[in-house]
Amino acid sequence: MYKNAEELLNLCNAQGKRIWEVALDNEVKLTGMSRTRVMEHFSGRLDIMFNSALKALEQKQATKGGLVDGVANCQYEYSKGESITGGYINYVMSLAYSCSEVNASMGKICASPTAGSCGIVPAVLLGVMENKKVSREKTLEALITASAVGAIYTKNATVAGADGGCQAECGVAASMAAAAAAYMMGASDDRCLDAAGFAMINVMGLVCDPVAGLVALPCAQRNASGAVNALISADMALAGQVAHIPFDQVVDSMFKVGKMLPPQLKETAMGGIATTPAGQAIYKEIFG
Amino acid sequence: MNISLLDVVGPVMIGPSSSHTAGAAKLAKTARLIYDKPFKKVRFGLGGSFASTYRGHFTDYALVAGALGMNEDDERLGQSFEIAEKEGVEFVFYPTEIPSVYENTARITFVAENGDEFFVEGASLGGGRILITNINGLVCELNATMPTVIVQQQDVKGVVSDVSTILAFNNINIGVMKVSRTSRGEKAFCVIECDDIIPENVIEELRQVNNVLSVVVVNIKGE
Repeated sequence: MYKNAEELLNLCNAQGKRIWEVALDNEVKLTGMSRTRVMEHFSGRLDIMFNSALKALEQKQATKGGLVDGVANCQYEYSKGESITGGYINYVMSLAYSCSEVNASMGKICASPTAGSCGIVPAVLLGVMENKKVSREKTLEALITASAVGAIYTKNATVAGADGGCQAECGVAASMAAAAAAYMMGASDDRCLDAAGFAMINVMGLVCDPVAGLVALPCAQRNASGAVNALISADMALAGQVAHIPFDQVVDSMFKVGKMLPPQLKETAMGGIATTPAGQAIYKEIFG
Repeated sequence: MNISLLDVVGPVMIGPSSSHTAGAAKLAKTARLIYDKPFKKVRFGLGGSFASTYRGHFTDYALVAGALGMNEDDERLGQSFEIAEKEGVEFVFYPTEIPSVYENTARITFVAENGDEFFVEGASLGGGRILITNINGLVCELNATMPTVIVQQQDVKGVVSDVSTILAFNNINIGVMKVSRTSRGEKAFCVIECDDIIPENVIEELRQVNNVLSVVVVNIKGE
């Protein structure tokens, strides 16, 4: 049994297994499902993730309030031409935008860890899988690795914007995705967790300030930037940047920062860009 | 680790919010399963944050979809109003106060053709998880993740044993069982989570047990 990253890594070392294997063993024990059944669930979820990441690339979705209609297509078209960060980064952003657009338009998504942050893990998994020619099998293992990282936050901190701000949603999603991306590129288990820690440190304190209270603005944009955060964090770990703060302590500090954030900045739409004149004008336009 | 990975990467759902959309659909679907009779109208009393933010998160569409029997990942969820109209089911929303420690609460009242009413109260806890807190006046706490039997009985010896014997005889394994009572010798309740769906003949058998006052079954398919 493990309850945090340190204990998880100890189990990996003791049993000669990878993070995803130890986490999968635990899931089988916890749920009473067979290993095959759990893998079927993950495979089904990966399909739903990929579908939502691709659905809005060419087909604009109609969302409540119309705030994020066509955001995925906008970035996707741009990704085909000249850009500062290149076609790949812009394509990954468009995948994340697509999930958020599908979510805001009552389409089918897989929360990871939440609906508001549902674009980051799929965008990174699909983006790296396609670009680096990673097998589906290994991508599934990466998804389980990401889930194991998410479970550590769920257990020892929070993944609710109302409790911890956006760092607990898009921050955690980026942290999960960073570990997955590092795994897909052949990183060791502790390097995967370093990547997860870097991604969280990059956005620690990020507030949740939904305009008009809708899961749209700035959620979609933070899914796009969160996916990029995951990729660069994985690259930091793969480059060998030293993680001076152990992952468990990053998780702990994120939880404390979340507690310190005032309620106005935790999903109540009473602070941040939600209360800007433009944000309030949008609220009035939608809800009268 | 006692957190399921499939809860971290999940639920699979219709957006935009796991608490306000998926949780709402699940709540209403569970209420319908508990009621399990035809109805012509359903009233949704919304409490807490449901009352103030239900429109932006499509909580209203999700509740109607659930009452019509749809799951939280049903892609027709966004058309639930039209589907209700086609099926001749009326629905209405109103703000209400539901005493609860939870933020997102709803009271779902089904009205039958003859005017009979039946209500279920519950809360959406976040991440698509729900808690049923009141079944037509019977105060309870059930997560509705497994098939569940709720027996209301006279607080006398032997009833719990009779009930569990019937389940065992019908090859139904009990996962979790909670017994509580209002006061000694008065009304008592058993909430029994089972590993298997409870067939109609078993429900009938439970109703025949001496001193059993009522039996409610929530046949949620567990994993």
